[in-house]
Amino acid sequence: MSALAAAGAASTGEAVQFWVLGTIAVVGALGTILMKRAVHSALSLAATMIILAVFYLANGAYFLGVVQIIVYTGAIMMLFLFVVMLVGVTAADSLKETIKGQRWLAAACGLGFGILLVAGLGRASLDTFEGLGTANAGGNVEGLAALIFTTYVFAFEITGALLITAAVGAMVLTHRERTERALTQRELSERRVREGKHLPPLPAPGVYARHNAVDIAGLLPDGTPSELTVSRTLRARGQVRDVSRQALADLRALEQRAEERLGRGPSEPQASRPQGRKEENAQ
Amino acid sequence: MNPVNYLYLASLLFTIGAAGVLIRRNAIVVFMCVELMLNACNLALVAFSRMHGNLDGQIIAFFTMVVAAAEVVVGLAIIVSLFRSRHSASVDDASLMKL
Amino acid sequence: MENLIALLVAAPLLGAAVLLCGGRRLDRAGHRLGTLLAAASFVIGAVLFFDMLGRGAEERALHQHLFSWVPVESFRADIAFQLDQLSMTFVLLITGVGTLIHVYSIGYMEHDERRRRFFGYLNLFLAAMLLLVLADNYLLLYFGWEGVGLASYLLIGFWQHKPSAATAAKKAFLVNRVGDMGLSIAIMLMFTTFGTFAFGPVLAAAGETGEGMLTAIGLMLLLAACGKSAQVPLQSWLGDAMEGPTPVSALIHAATMVTAGVYLITRSGAIFNAAPDAQLAVVVVGAVTLLFGAIVGCAKDDIKKALAGSTMSQIGYMILAAGLGPIGYAFAIMHLVTHGFFKAGLFLGAGSVMHGMNDEVDMRKYGGLRKYMPVTFVTFGLGYLAIIGFPGLSGFWSKDKIIEAAFAKGGTEGWILGAVTLLGAGITAYYMTRVMIMTFFGEKRWQPAPDADAVPSAEPAAEDHAGRMPHPHESPKSMTVPMILLAFGSVFAGGLFSLNSAFVHWLEPVTAFEHGHPPIGAAAVTASTVVVLLIGVGIAYAQYGRKPVPVVAPRGSLLTRAARRDLLQDDFNHVVLVRGGEHLTRSLVYMDHTLVDGVVNGTAASVGGLSGRLRKLQNGFARSYAVSMFGGTAVLIAATLLMRGV
Repeated sequence: MSALAAAGAASTGEAVQFWVLGTIAVVGALGTILMKRAVHSALSLAATMIILAVFYLANGAYFLGVVQIIVYTGAIMMLFLFVVMLVGVTAADSLKETIKGQRWLAAACGLGFGILLVAGLGRASLDTFEGLGTANAGGNVEGLAALIFTTYVFAFEITGALLITAAVGAMVLTHRERTERALTQRELSERRVREGKHLPPLPAPGVYARHNAVDIAGLLPDGTPSELTVSRTLRARGQVRDVSRQALADLRALEQRAEERLGRGPSEPQASRPQGRKEENAQ
Repeated sequence: MNPVNYLYLASLLFTIGAAGVLIRRNAIVVFMCVELMLNACNLALVAFSRMHGNLDGQIIAFFTMVVAAAEVVVGLAIIVSLFRSRHSASVDDASLMKL
Repeated sequence: MENLIALLVAAPLLGAAVLLCGGRRLDRAGHRLGTLLAAASFVIGAVLFFDMLGRGAEERALHQHLFSWVPVESFRADIAFQLDQLSMTFVLLITGVGTLIHVYSIGYMEHDERRRRFFGYLNLFLAAMLLLVLADNYLLLYFGWEGVGLASYLLIGFWQHKPSAATAAKKAFLVNRVGDMGLSIAIMLMFTTFGTFAFGPVLAAAGETGEGMLTAIGLMLLLAACGKSAQVPLQSWLGDAMEGPTPVSALIHAATMVTAGVYLITRSGAIFNAAPDAQLAVVVVGAVTLLFGAIVGCAKDDIKKALAGSTMSQIGYMILAAGLGPIGYAFAIMHLVTHGFFKAGLFLGAGSVMHGMNDEVDMRKYGGLRKYMPVTFVTFGLGYLAIIGFPGLSGFWSKDKIIEAAFAKGGTEGWILGAVTLLGAGITAYYMTRVMIMTFFGEKRWQPAPDADAVPSAEPAAEDHAGRMPHPHESPKSMTVPMILLAFGSVFAGGLFSLNSAFVHWLEPVTAFEHGHPPIGAAAVTASTVVVLLIGVGIAYAQYGRKPVPVVAPRGSLLTRAARRDLLQDDFNHVVLVRGGEHLTRSLVYMDHTLVDGVVNGTAASVGGLSGRLRKLQNGFARSYAVSMFGGTAVLIAATLLMRGV
């Protein structure tokens, strides 16, 4: 592979690799900007980045290829996913444009920009590729190290400082100073008693054994769901599933079946039953 | 195949990323598009490195990665604190710069 | 010896500085110091004069270069003095008459609590006037010119608590500004034409310069002279300037400052000689003013204003003579000096009369004063005889020469000018006789002074006379002695000057001299002058000596009424300049509001409207800004590619 990548011209194998992976990379990039859900965008981007890592390797940048996988795909993209999860994984973006003319302008600019770049590349005479044979002769990592610690040592030190600054900055930005003393458990329970509601612990979510998921509200005796049983975060995201009607329908179906078995009574409408099954299967 | 195709691919990815920055409202996705643009540049740098037969392009790409990492850390921290205060990650919600 | 020149100016300047900055401590000695320094200046002048006499006619001019004020490339503003025969004449006149008037003022201003300040101003005036006549370039002359204007303003308005005095001071200042503007323009023209404004190079180069430019410079200089010397059309301030204390009227508005215009024209003789049109304008201005002042002098009942009209008229003679060219310069200056003596004497006499008459200035309320004020009567009478040109006295010698020179101008012009000057002489005799008779002869027409409240006690002696009949009395020695000395000058100066044409020869190296040949012979001119003079005296005697003078002025003819109003000069100024100025201002304001403001406001409104529309681009959405950045980048790349393509 070393000899292959170092060459000025690409071999047939590399060409096949380029066309196959290149297509996937473009599809991934398009997916990044077109997917409704941020998590899908992030996964598409991760795919693109892995492919780029392969391309780095193909171009003789072995160190960068590995770094790309470890740092970008491994660390940065995971950080993205983490934040996406934190912010709300299922909250889909509305792709409806709100700024008048923004989409047209963006498309026009993007198209023009792309055409200009391609035109510029086409005009430049980029036929001769020297290849990295000599540069990578002593090993790619050693070559990079020699450059980083000699020519680019100041830039290297400064990027180190930049990283530390960024870490400190992130902490400063996300850290929240507590302005008052946290209430103790005793004080909290005293307050609950004083306010006179929910003296016991909050009721658990889930209805019967079949539905004991955290996003399903517990049902009150009359069959209506109780918001209190679902965690506040899920409520805020609007991710509470309401199965109260379904439960009632199931109950009715159960009764009907019992009636059938007992051989009495007219039939109830059947429409609700398969729906209910399907929902359960999806679960 | 001429390795210059890598450059065409890089410009294509860059343009897609730029369009994404302009079109998407979710700050996280916008950020991802910025990363895509940076990666496209890195690909071009690596290709240039191969073209010129020295490792300087790779060094620059390396530094770009470091800077991108720092940027992601700070940027995501900003997004998190923004989300905390506004319960939204839309860049359009932060439009207080107008009159 | 030339180092003394600066001292001439420095002595009174020191006096002014000390007296004006010194504060009340100097109140008791201030007048003595001021007089002493004026006298010192006179003594220095005399020393320089005798030194000058000791040298040949051509080497008499002295130069002193004090320092370079603004040396910038070819622009050299030097503080440098030139003392030649012309300057010397003025120095002696200014310091001599000035010293006498200082002495006179000691008595006249005795009861004024601001006497120290008065002497400070007088010294300031002396310094500025000496600077004016000693300057060796037009710029320094301009400096002195403005200085005397300032001193004149301060002294006319000395009794600033009187609104009339304050107004008169302002009027004098403003009218003088018009003339000063002429002088400054003339200096600028000189600099652009000659590249310098020193007398020597400018006057030497005047012969080789285009007549158009010289005419322009000459007319501007004439404008300056008109302003300072109260010539038509800028004469209106002089009458009002009589609001100042009488010594001021004598020194500044009779003997010295108002003659600065004559000095300017004489000094710039080379320019005028080469610009006949400008010279003609000078002559016309002189002739018109000569008659104008004389007519005004006939109608005024205020003794000082009558004398002011006379001053105007006499300076008209000088300007006319100066406009005649080399045949007239010397006589203009000679008349200037003799006029300085007799007019100062007349004014001091008038002051003395007022001093004795509760500051009454209306001649109709005088009468029969000759018995009560004998010294004043005699000195005033000698001045009177001198000014009307009574044979043998100063005025005769100088005025007669001017009339001769006017006739000698030649052609129709000569006849017209001669006739005008002769007529002027007759009118002079008439109005001066009128003043003389109304003041010193006839029966008493004294009136009790009005309430002190009605007329704010202006002149110091008036304080306790209000409401009482005046008790005319002779003035103190400090006032009479200067009058007597000036009377001597009035009587003998002209004769001395004319002895062997001494004065003409004295000035000849500076002003050049040509002997004028009147077409009718000098003797005939003299004879006709005397005849005209006698006619004038006769008419005045018939009108005022033979029958009693009414205390309340009769309505008089149209001309008389016009003359009482300064021949409608102020009305003319009001109608043409004030009203015209108001109309101009109004139209300018209108233009400003519609045109200028329209453009400005229109620009502002359109910028505002445009901004209002552009503002919408700033919608606050980061993505919109990103689009503009991206579009801009695309444009930059396109431009780069295009440039490389080309």
